[in-house]
Formats: sequence, structure tokens, C-alpha cells
Amino acid sequence: MRSERYIPYVLILPSVLFLLLLFAWPLVEALLLSVRGSGGGWTLENFQRMAADLYFRDALKYTLLLTVVIVPLQVVMALGMALLLGSISKGRDLFLYVWTIPLGISDLAAGIVWLAIFTERGYLNSFLQGIGVIQQPQLWLSYETPMMIFVAVVAAEVWRATAIVFVILVAGLQLIPKEYSEAAEVFGATPWQRFRKVTLPLLMPSLQVALILRTILALEVFAVVVVLGGRNLPVLAGEAYFWYNTYQNPGVAAAYAVIILGISVVATLLYLRLLRSRQDGVA
Amino acid sequence: MNLRLLYLLLAVVLVLWVLTPIFLITTLAFSDRASVFAWPKGFLPQQFSLETITFFFGVEGVWKAIRNSLVVAAMTLAFSILLGAPAGYALARYRFAGADSYRVLILLTRAFPLAILAIPLAVQFINLGIYDTPFGVALVHTALALPFAVLVTSSLFLGIPKELEEAAWTLGCNRIQAFLRVVLPLAIPGLAATAIFAFVISWNEVFAATLLTLRERTLPAFLLTSLNDSPLPFRFAGGFFLIVPALIFIFIIRRYLFTLWGIANR
Repeated sequence: MRSERYIPYVLILPSVLFLLLLFAWPLVEALLLSVRGSGGGWTLENFQRMAADLYFRDALKYTLLLTVVIVPLQVVMALGMALLLGSISKGRDLFLYVWTIPLGISDLAAGIVWLAIFTERGYLNSFLQGIGVIQQPQLWLSYETPMMIFVAVVAAEVWRATAIVFVILVAGLQLIPKEYSEAAEVFGATPWQRFRKVTLPLLMPSLQVALILRTILALEVFAVVVVLGGRNLPVLAGEAYFWYNTYQNPGVAAAYAVIILGISVVATLLYLRLLRSRQDGVA
Repeated sequence: MNLRLLYLLLAVVLVLWVLTPIFLITTLAFSDRASVFAWPKGFLPQQFSLETITFFFGVEGVWKAIRNSLVVAAMTLAFSILLGAPAGYALARYRFAGADSYRVLILLTRAFPLAILAIPLAVQFINLGIYDTPFGVALVHTALALPFAVLVTSSLFLGIPKELEEAAWTLGCNRIQAFLRVVLPLAIPGLAATAIFAFVISWNEVFAATLLTLRERTLPAFLLTSLNDSPLPFRFAGGFFLIVPALIFIFIIRRYLFTLWGIANR
């Protein structure tokens, strides 16, 4: 038996090496890239150039705004869907399948799908014309109407990525024993009380996971925005892409990447703290 | 009774919310050019035509991009299974010091924004000579798919009773034989689902693929970089073509969806 102790280590070793090579190494490289100047010395040049750029403030603003609008919308909608699924008996599997279809759809494809709706001669304008609101096609996705691009991005992201939250929450609900809710019912708790005092606290770990995952993904929103708005609605990941590809400046691109990582880490820690204390307070 | 009906109605509305946009893009992909630019548009397909789709596949570079996408996705699939399944097996079958730290490492990788990986790797891949190759893109996509592969295969192997394996040992199989003849056949469907999932992750990924390629574009990277100078029919057909394989794959692996995504809870 003793000779077998090394077996699990042999089995995980390849994946550990791979992950170190593809995560730890680039992380260090990205940090170095962002603080190294063209001459080779240490510098904050890249961050200064980033902050001075015309697009930086808007990119930061819109990325945060999108996250703040999209993530709560998705969590509330997914929670509603998960609870709704619990109260449906007929055709449950069919609903489950259709609702999770967007899991397989990429951000780029989702952007293109919603472009078909919001574009000048698209379905939204056709619909508005049909009900008599407008006569001529309206231009929604131009630099003059950033708010409309914003709305289109929110629609596309909610359409595409609510399913991830939904699946995590459904899996979490399945872990909660039915007896708790039944016991509460016996003691006269209303449906709202049962949800508020029993289901929600027990669902907190899943909610935490869903929030962290979705927030991190929302902070690096990219293809949807590029398809629907180009650079008229700048976002951080998009700027990283433009600085690398169009301006051929990896240093500033890395600075943008570091900013995204920084915000992601702060958001994650915030969730861990806030939701932990809530959970303890309830228990 | 009324409440029931309300729930059902809500559920149907959500079904329409998911399916309508897919229906619309499908309609556009199978319309002729004139219908794509028509104003105002009817919600139902006007006339069936392959003009848009044919035009899409006729554009130079599309077939090459599709081939690259398939190669990258196939490599990602192979790497994820080869690296992930042994680790999943170790987590399921052995108690060892460091197993928990390993799990944490796996979960941590999901907290990484892609930009922080793709930008330095693009720089390094140029030095290593694997920039602008399907192999380089596949490496990054494997990094995205591997955590899932490890966690899913681990729960998969946990579901196969250890007693079966032990019985095989007492009947004279060595460890490798027991694994190949007893465990593997039982694990094949789940492994296939994991593989398909890795394939979809790679097929859909656009940010890293765009940064890491120049001429050897994958389909999403090709579509994204040609967005500005391509006509609407081309974009719509491309969007439709991106969605189709993903839909089929999700349908095949739907039984495993919760093992794949719900896994984050455990």
C-alpha cells in the first residue's frame, strides 16, 4: 500500500504543471509587462498613458455600469426562473432544456443576433413601425446614442448569460432538503416567509458562486459590445484589445488587463465578505 | 388552479424570450439579400433562399477559419481530457495531502480575466514560435476548459463504485487493466459530455483567439476582425453558423448540464 502513495500526485502533476504554465506565468508576465517601460526600467508610464487616454474614463465607466446593471438583473431573473421551475410539474424537462440553450451560445454570436434586432432596418424598428410609433427607420446603434447601445448590450447579455446563473441556482436548490420548507409550513410560515427565512439563506453559497462568476465575466465583456457598438461604447476588455491589436502596444494593453483583474479581485473579496456576514447573521 | 396557469404562462414567455432571437437570426440566414435589407421586415420568413448562406461560405477565408476552429477545438478537447481525467480520477479515488489546495487552485483559475492571460501569452508565443498557430490558441482554450474537465470527471468517477474496481483487482487485473476494462466503459458517456463541453468552450471563444492569431484565424476571430468591412448578410449568416453546433452540443449533453455547471457548489 505504501508504494501507492505517490500515485495521486503522478495523476495530478500534468494538470498542475499546465495550470502553472498557463495561469501563474502569464499573470507574472502581465504584471511585469504593465510596469516595464520601453527602455526596460520600472515605470508607471503604461498606466499613465492608459489613464490619459481619451477612452479610458468612458471604458471604466461603462464597464462598471454594465456590470452593476446586468448582474443584479440576471440574478433576480435566474432566481425567479429557478423557483418557477420548482412549481411546474408538466413539461419541466422541456422548459429546463430551452432555458439553458443560451449556455451554448457565444458572446460574439449573441451580439450578432441582437444586432439583427437593433440595427437600422432591424426587427425592433420594424415592430415600432408596425405599431405606428415611428415612420422611418431609427438609428439606434450610433455614436450619438450610447444609451441605446448600452440597452442593446444589456439585452444581449441578459439573454445570453442568465442561463449560467440559473443552472447554478437550480443545482443549489436541489441540495436543500424539502423537509425544511415543509417544517416551516407546518409552523404557519407564508410562502414569502419560507422563501425569505428558509430557502434564501440556504441558497446563499450558490448565490455567492453565481455572483462572483457572473461579475468576473461581466467585467471582461467584450465581443457583444464590439459587435453592437464598436468603440462607441468603450469597455475595458475592448480597450485592451485595441491597444494590443490596433496600436501594437502590449504594455498599455497589459495595464488594462491588470485593471480588470484588480476590479475582479476587489469584487470577489467584497462578495465573500458581504454574503458571509449576512449568512452568519441569519444562522 | 389560476396560479398554476400563471406559472405556466410565465414559463412560456421565458421560452419565447430565449427562442425568438434564435428564430429571427435563422430566418435572416435563410433569406435572400433583398429580404435581409427589407424595410419594414415581417416577423415570419418571406421566402426561403440559400443566397445569404452561400454568399457567406463563398467569402475568402471562411472555410479556412472553420477548419482552424475545428482543429483548435479538437486539440482543446484532447488536451483537456488527457490532462483533466487523471486528475479527476485522483481526486475521486485517493485521499492525499494537498487535495484541497489542488481544488482551490482549480477554482481560482476561474476567477482570472482572460485578458490577463491572453496579452502576455501573445507576447511570449511570438518568442516561442507558436504565435498564430492553432496549437497556441488550443493551449489557452485548454486553460479555460481544464478546470471544468477536472471537476466533472472527478464527480463522474465518484459515481462509479470503487467495489467494482476492487473486484477486478481480486480477479487478477492490475490497476491499469481494471481501469481500462471496468471503470472506463462506465465513464465513457460522462467523458464524452466533458469532451463536448471543452469543444464548445473552444468553438465559442473569441478574445484570446483574436489576440493570438493573425492569419490562422478561428471562425469567431475571423468574424470579429472582419465585422467592420463586411455586409450585414455576412454577419448574420456567420452568427447563425456559430450558434448551430453549440445548439446541437448542448442538446447532446443536456443530461450532464448540472454536473458541468452546478459543480461550482461542491
